[in-house]
Amino acid sequence: MTQSEMPFLEGPNCPLPLKDRGQIVLGHGSGGQMTHDLVRDVFQRRLSNAILDTANDAALLTAAPPGKRLVVSTDAHIVSPLFFAGGDIGRLAVCGTVNDVAMLGADPRFLTATFILEEGFSIAELELIVDSFAEACQEAGVELIAADTKVTENGKSDKLFISTTGFGWADGRLQIGGEQAKSGDAVIISGPVGNHGIAVAEARGNLGFISQVRSDTAPLNHLVMTLLDAGLDIHVLRDPTRGGLATTLVEIARQSLVNIELIEEQIPIDKPVRKTCELLGLDPLYLANEGKLILILPSDQAEDALRIMHNTRYGEEAQVIGRVLASSSGQVWLKTPFGTTRVLEMLAGEMLPRIC
Amino acid sequence: MCLGIPGKVTKIYEQDGTLMASVDFDGVEQSVCIATTPEVELGQYVLVHAGFALNILSDTEAEETLKILRDLQEFNAGLTEEDRIQ
Amino acid sequence: MTESPKNLRDASLTTAIMAEIRRITTRPWNIMEICGGQTHAIMQYGLDQLLPPDITLIHGPGCPVCVTSLQAIEQGLQIASQPEVILTTFGDMLRVPGNKADLFTARSQGADVRVVYSPLDSLRIASANPDKQVVFFAIGFETTAPTIASTILSASKAGIPNFSILPANVLVPPAMHAILSNPANRVQGFLAAGHVCAVMGYHEYLPIAEQYQIPIVVTGFEPVDLATGILMTVQQLEAGKHEVANAYPRFVTKEGNRVAQDMIAEVFKPVDRQWRGIGTIPLSGLGLRPEYASFNALTRFELPETSPSESPLCIAGKVLSGVSKPLDCPAFGRQCTPVQPLGAPMVSSEGACAAYYRYHRTRE
Repeated sequence: MTQSEMPFLEGPNCPLPLKDRGQIVLGHGSGGQMTHDLVRDVFQRRLSNAILDTANDAALLTAAPPGKRLVVSTDAHIVSPLFFAGGDIGRLAVCGTVNDVAMLGADPRFLTATFILEEGFSIAELELIVDSFAEACQEAGVELIAADTKVTENGKSDKLFISTTGFGWADGRLQIGGEQAKSGDAVIISGPVGNHGIAVAEARGNLGFISQVRSDTAPLNHLVMTLLDAGLDIHVLRDPTRGGLATTLVEIARQSLVNIELIEEQIPIDKPVRKTCELLGLDPLYLANEGKLILILPSDQAEDALRIMHNTRYGEEAQVIGRVLASSSGQVWLKTPFGTTRVLEMLAGEMLPRIC
Repeated sequence: MCLGIPGKVTKIYEQDGTLMASVDFDGVEQSVCIATTPEVELGQYVLVHAGFALNILSDTEAEETLKILRDLQEFNAGLTEEDRIQ
Repeated sequence: MTESPKNLRDASLTTAIMAEIRRITTRPWNIMEICGGQTHAIMQYGLDQLLPPDITLIHGPGCPVCVTSLQAIEQGLQIASQPEVILTTFGDMLRVPGNKADLFTARSQGADVRVVYSPLDSLRIASANPDKQVVFFAIGFETTAPTIASTILSASKAGIPNFSILPANVLVPPAMHAILSNPANRVQGFLAAGHVCAVMGYHEYLPIAEQYQIPIVVTGFEPVDLATGILMTVQQLEAGKHEVANAYPRFVTKEGNRVAQDMIAEVFKPVDRQWRGIGTIPLSGLGLRPEYASFNALTRFELPETSPSESPLCIAGKVLSGVSKPLDCPAFGRQCTPVQPLGAPMVSSEGACAAYYRYHRTRE
């Protein structure tokens, strides 16, 4: 038979798993040979480790070492577009969950992941994403120990969704959480805010601007461990993702029942982020960040914390941006360069470009 | 109705029969329709709103405003502390 | 100088101007700014906190989101729900409440509603989707009108058949007349919207200043611009003057941008328009001229009659015309919040109610 006369056979009904044409097809999700091949060729080639390679349906792990507690976090990633300056959904999926675990003072060790693929999605793009996923795992020092892939019909999902769950051990004596902020504490941000939000908006391409802002997506666990190893009395760690710096601080203020006062001039914002926000009517304090952390600790330790962060990757531009004050209401205030104050609320709904 | 910021025209071209410009906002670039300010020249600043140039920055007028304000600042420097807003 | 002065956010210069305002103010004055962008800037920098207590800033109906009629929003929702339609809109409009829903919920229920930054984006979407009807929700004041006029002229020239607009543009001078002729009016001075005037010039305000004996100062948006505009208004009020002055000369001239004005005049003509919460103001809106009537989305779709009804609790009209403050409203902060707005001024971040809610919450 000539090439054109070859029957187009694919999917669960076909006994002969033919090579796909560079795209995900429903057969990849059937659990049969095609799935096996996809997992082997795309995933295992890039994510091999002792646990994953045993190829069982579940992973066998040892219990937490004595004095340590297990910390677990899970997250789903549906970012669109999949690729943006400075990152992609693969890197995001790893870093997002690694960071959530790290924000409780735990060192993330293991990840599980589910990949939901849409029929028609490009395998070449999938390979790039899994490369990025693997690289991020290496950088963070985490192992993927269990994974699953499923394929939906075309139109029933959006190219690729990834869900990750992360596991780590935290020192049992640590008391770090959003409810731990105390009056007199200093509020520190690890670097400039708003970059991720702008990078993704730019990648969507429909706002017609070129800023060359790169997403800050990064694993912050090493930074956190360095700070903990220094013996600092850390009260709160949180990464200001969706909703941005402002929303995250409002959450903390409410959880801890304190007020937080920010000094606007001290909040680091890169110039192109600032300019793009002015252009589109966005507020950088509400844009997502994927490689930044908020650190709240006693103010007499702030200088030490900054010194450590400035010498650690992803903390080089850390700054004190405000302080915690006693109260029972849980508000966040922003002091402007004019000496005036305004209250910051949580982001209500989606932030949209405005003309007004 | 009013979100508009000034940017510098760095390139002028035509797209689908419409007069367009590349406008630079301190490092951020946007393509802007200049059908509304067809006489603008390279290097001039335009006020941009909803992807259109609304008007061209007037150098001389801007200088005048600044002068008025600088005079005011000097005047204010002579005021007592009480008169100042804290 | 070839660039916009960088010191327009200078705190010491701004406070110097505020000090001068304080020095010359001898009695209470009410000044209205009629531009949502100015309201936003005042709130963002807390400039009203720097003014002496005798100066009251009233936030007028300058937010096109707030004043777009309920009927227009309902029409937008109906058009969006048609299967072959892509409704394109500025982001500001997405959460403005209609009778029951807003465009945001319409989108979540499957309507193809897309946020655009420029009306030209809407035209591009039309070219790229020839099998769809692409409708642009045309709101905004005179600042935005030339952008829409230019887009329609481009569409007409290129012969793009599947692009149309839902006409909802409004004009500033008729609104000023409506406010100033209201017997309950408290406004004594006006900050004219700098970017509206960048397009239209300020010659239209001369008869208004004369008729109502009221100072009008064209004002910009940076802290120094706003402080200067307020200063010049107070100077006139204290001196008993009622002139039109220009505190934004770097982008505003008396004549304005004639090319832009000609585009508006080519495509649009003044029509009566309903302002949400206020009512119909004669010749206060822009409608399409007969030559461009085919670009009116309302004639392309069969839309059922709507009987839009506002929440009885909402006093938006009084707030927008400066007669009441948001804090006067019994529903403020209770049934009506930015997350669950009853009326438009609570939705848009420039709406007077939303601005009050965000920036006037008291510290203990």
